Amino acid sequence: MTTVEDATAVVHAPTRKIRILERPKETTGWFSWVTTVDHKKIAIMYGTLAVFFFVVGGIEALFIRLQLAQPNGTILTAARYNEFFTMHGTTMVFLVGMPIAAAFGNYLMPLMIGARDVAFPRLNMLGFWVFAFGGFFLYSSFALGGAPDGGWFGYAPLTSTPLAQGYLPGRGPDFWAVGLIMLGIGSVATAVNFLVTILNMRAPGMTMMRMPVFVWMMLVIAFLTLFAMPPVTAALIMVFMDRNFHTNFFNAAAGGDPLMYQNLFWIFGHPEVYILILPGMGIVSEILPVFSRKPLFGYAIVVFSGIAIGFLGWGVWAHHMFASGLGPVAVSAFGLSTMLIAIPTGVKIFNWLGTVWGGAVRLRSPMLFALGFIAQFTIGGLSGVMHSIVPSDTQQTDTYFVVAHFHYVLFGGLIFAVFGGFYYWWPKFFGRIMNEPMAKLHFWLMVIGFNLTFFPMHFLGFEGQPRRTYTYPTGMGWDTMNLLATIGAFIIALSVLVFLVNVIYTSRRGPKATADPWDARTLEWSTSSPPPAYNFAHVPVVTHRDDLWHRKYTEDDEGRLVKLPAGAAVDIEDEAHAPVDPHSIHMPSPSIWPMIFALALPILGYGFVFKNYFLLAAGVVVALFGLNGWAIEPSTEPEHAEEGH
Amino acid sequence: MDRTHRLRRAGATAAVAIAAAVVLASCGNSSGPSNKQNALRPAGPYAHKILDLTRPFFWIAVVIGVGVTAGTIYAALRFREKPGEERFPKQTHGNTVLEVTWTIIPAVILATMAVPTVATIFELAKKPEGPNVVHVTVSARQWWWQFTYDDSKIVTANELHIPVSTDVDLTLQGPPPCSEPGCYNNGVIHSFWVPELNGKKDVVPGRSQFLKLKADRVGTFLGQCAEYCGLSHANMRLRVIVQTDADYKAWVANQLTSKSEQFYLQGINNAQWGCASCHSFKPTVPGAVAPNLTHLADRCMFAGDIFQTNEKNLTNWIHDAPSLKPMGDLTQHMPNFSAQGMTKDQANAIAKFLLANTASGPLPPEYCPQ
Repeated sequence: MTTVEDATAVVHAPTRKIRILERPKETTGWFSWVTTVDHKKIAIMYGTLAVFFFVVGGIEALFIRLQLAQPNGTILTAARYNEFFTMHGTTMVFLVGMPIAAAFGNYLMPLMIGARDVAFPRLNMLGFWVFAFGGFFLYSSFALGGAPDGGWFGYAPLTSTPLAQGYLPGRGPDFWAVGLIMLGIGSVATAVNFLVTILNMRAPGMTMMRMPVFVWMMLVIAFLTLFAMPPVTAALIMVFMDRNFHTNFFNAAAGGDPLMYQNLFWIFGHPEVYILILPGMGIVSEILPVFSRKPLFGYAIVVFSGIAIGFLGWGVWAHHMFASGLGPVAVSAFGLSTMLIAIPTGVKIFNWLGTVWGGAVRLRSPMLFALGFIAQFTIGGLSGVMHSIVPSDTQQTDTYFVVAHFHYVLFGGLIFAVFGGFYYWWPKFFGRIMNEPMAKLHFWLMVIGFNLTFFPMHFLGFEGQPRRTYTYPTGMGWDTMNLLATIGAFIIALSVLVFLVNVIYTSRRGPKATADPWDARTLEWSTSSPPPAYNFAHVPVVTHRDDLWHRKYTEDDEGRLVKLPAGAAVDIEDEAHAPVDPHSIHMPSPSIWPMIFALALPILGYGFVFKNYFLLAAGVVVALFGLNGWAIEPSTEPEHAEEGH
Repeated sequence: MDRTHRLRRAGATAAVAIAAAVVLASCGNSSGPSNKQNALRPAGPYAHKILDLTRPFFWIAVVIGVGVTAGTIYAALRFREKPGEERFPKQTHGNTVLEVTWTIIPAVILATMAVPTVATIFELAKKPEGPNVVHVTVSARQWWWQFTYDDSKIVTANELHIPVSTDVDLTLQGPPPCSEPGCYNNGVIHSFWVPELNGKKDVVPGRSQFLKLKADRVGTFLGQCAEYCGLSHANMRLRVIVQTDADYKAWVANQLTSKSEQFYLQGINNAQWGCASCHSFKPTVPGAVAPNLTHLADRCMFAGDIFQTNEKNLTNWIHDAPSLKPMGDLTQHMPNFSAQGMTKDQANAIAKFLLANTASGPLPPEYCPQ
């Protein structure tokens, strides 16, 4: 670890002549985090902030559950409840699900393909800061005139009608539309970066069909993000203009069309579901083989299923609108396309089971979470197929059945995969192995809490309880199951608390991790834990899928595993510590400008929301200042290395 | 060994719990509470058709769900590495036959589902025809329902009376376009849903949509708005009252009889409070923005089917409605008359007058099951 960082930090502290044109050089301390372009540091910031928002969104969920614990609840007012369910959904989708994918993707994807950083390090940084400022912009609405309260889906004309009509009290929809446009900018920047990195920066020999499935899934979601954000951005701009400039895009009174909003939103919204779940599938596809000591069963078909889901995901958006009155022909077509997308999803589930089958299964915490993912995601997938039966969907849509369905996919699926991923890669991220008993306690509490919360909701939906209602009367027979759901939610909260305690405990007492503590398969485990800034002293040359595994093991004629002589294994450890002059490795220098440019966005955002021309002008100035600095900033100085000597 | 046992026990418990829940859930059309708003207890042919379509796939889903869960737990325990053991299993990279099989089987199941699904979609989209069909136009407001009977022109709110075993053709009418510039007052999207009679259908501004109902037994069936429509979305309920043909005809006749408008306006002191600028007191004329009150006391509930129609509730409502039902900044809603100087006694006098003069007769108790 005593490599580039220490050398540069010491030498460059006093030189501060023309700071504005010089690139910052700190590699430790808070300023190094603000200016970092290291994909690993950016990933840690993404992850930390996403976990923070996960807790915030979770607290909102707890209030929602308290309110609904019994009929005629009085914990929240109607207005506050509507804000909380809107912000819970918005938070979990845009401030947790997407950034957590960016966190794992940023940290692992370059390591997994044997790269030293992403293709556009400063663009990467921009993505993070836009997310950070966008998130706090959205939450500042609680103090500045009302939080968003039109639902995470923000259907027009409820959200798009001018404030004066009072359909929604407060400035919530303005904050929501502007905030999501902002976050979209960050997502697209990250998507472009991931695409270029995966396509262009793979190590020699890392062919597409040798890439880890996780990297494949990041590639698919990068494509999905790139094409899904524009339609929703258009829709959000129209909502904002309808609301503030009386443009009537969605105002039926003046000939606009409310259903057009739904089409635009869901042609983003459905691919968005896959943007959220595919990283989870990628994580699970990495964990299962390692803890079964077997390669992924049917690698090719798992990859192609992921791609198929990515394509079919564009053809199913109207299944969110089966009650909107699209007519029998359209709903039949979208019902069938929705059935079709179940096939590649089912294939993946069977292949994951095939991976575990016949393996040497180590039931460590990452594996438990991955197994939990399989079972719970399957239940979510099956209830999803029930929506493709259109008449059936007209009973289920907008009820708690749907709430149960997508929580099985996104919580039982994605969030379980994410926690599995945390336990699996924590040694790589922070060099320490998390405490296993606490991790297992976390798992069991979360399984019990999750199923207790969301399984009853299937029946609540069938029995007539609609979503997004802040109260329900007595005598509907919903009381017991709602109370169970509330109890379950607090068990989930307890399990997350156990995780957070484990994080603190591990950072102090956790055993130090070796480069490859799990006997893993992919390249990120071939470098030290945590990896040096430059990832690999020598860029790896890849000869196999699961390259690291093949450096440790080989198969005999009957497919049995044979350990290679110890010498080969030592080789791996050696590589990270091989005597390489760190200065000979060209790494991008830190920068402050993307952060300054990102800072312009919330300033512009407040300018739009409050129609404040001063703020708008200030935002433009800051944006130009940031872009200008970014553009004329000297490229990584060659003298950098010289000064170091 | 101890850990194996613990894990096995936990796994078995989970499996049993899931299986039990699934079995509990799937007792078909007699499951769950008799809350009159339960999609699992259909009371008419359309809701029945939907449940019949759902049921087979529900069981297939149960089998697959239990199978995958059990398979996951079994595989994890069966192939578990014992402590201290380091096993190197056979390296299988895939199996084409197996993979093709588990691609084709779901495809066949889905194709089998698709046929009745599409057939039912078209069947439910077919307009009922014939001389007996009752045609009703449904308007959705923030946050109540208005029903206009196309033949008799009766205008009522939140309670839809229909004859038993008769097709009802609903036109879900979003507010039409208006000509003046800057006209916004045509509401938001709502969704009409009475689960025991049919699935839901949105009421969309600028559009007119179709939904049909048919009940095969007399009774009251509840529903509520299912599309988020703002602050009081939860307080936008409705009920469908299914009557024998004779009772229904009597109800229609009652609705069409009323005293003169002047009589009501005097009784509620309209000169002072201006109720009639929003409400209507003619049986076939809709209120400008609020429910027709000519037969208010014939409805067992009011204010979006959330308060029982009695003297206490009505008095409080007239006195200060926004404190009872959140209205937010809506430009047009039942105002807080206490802020305009109305005393509780004045409110009570109006309530008493309405209860005494807008009822056709005592309410049959089966209208308002508690």
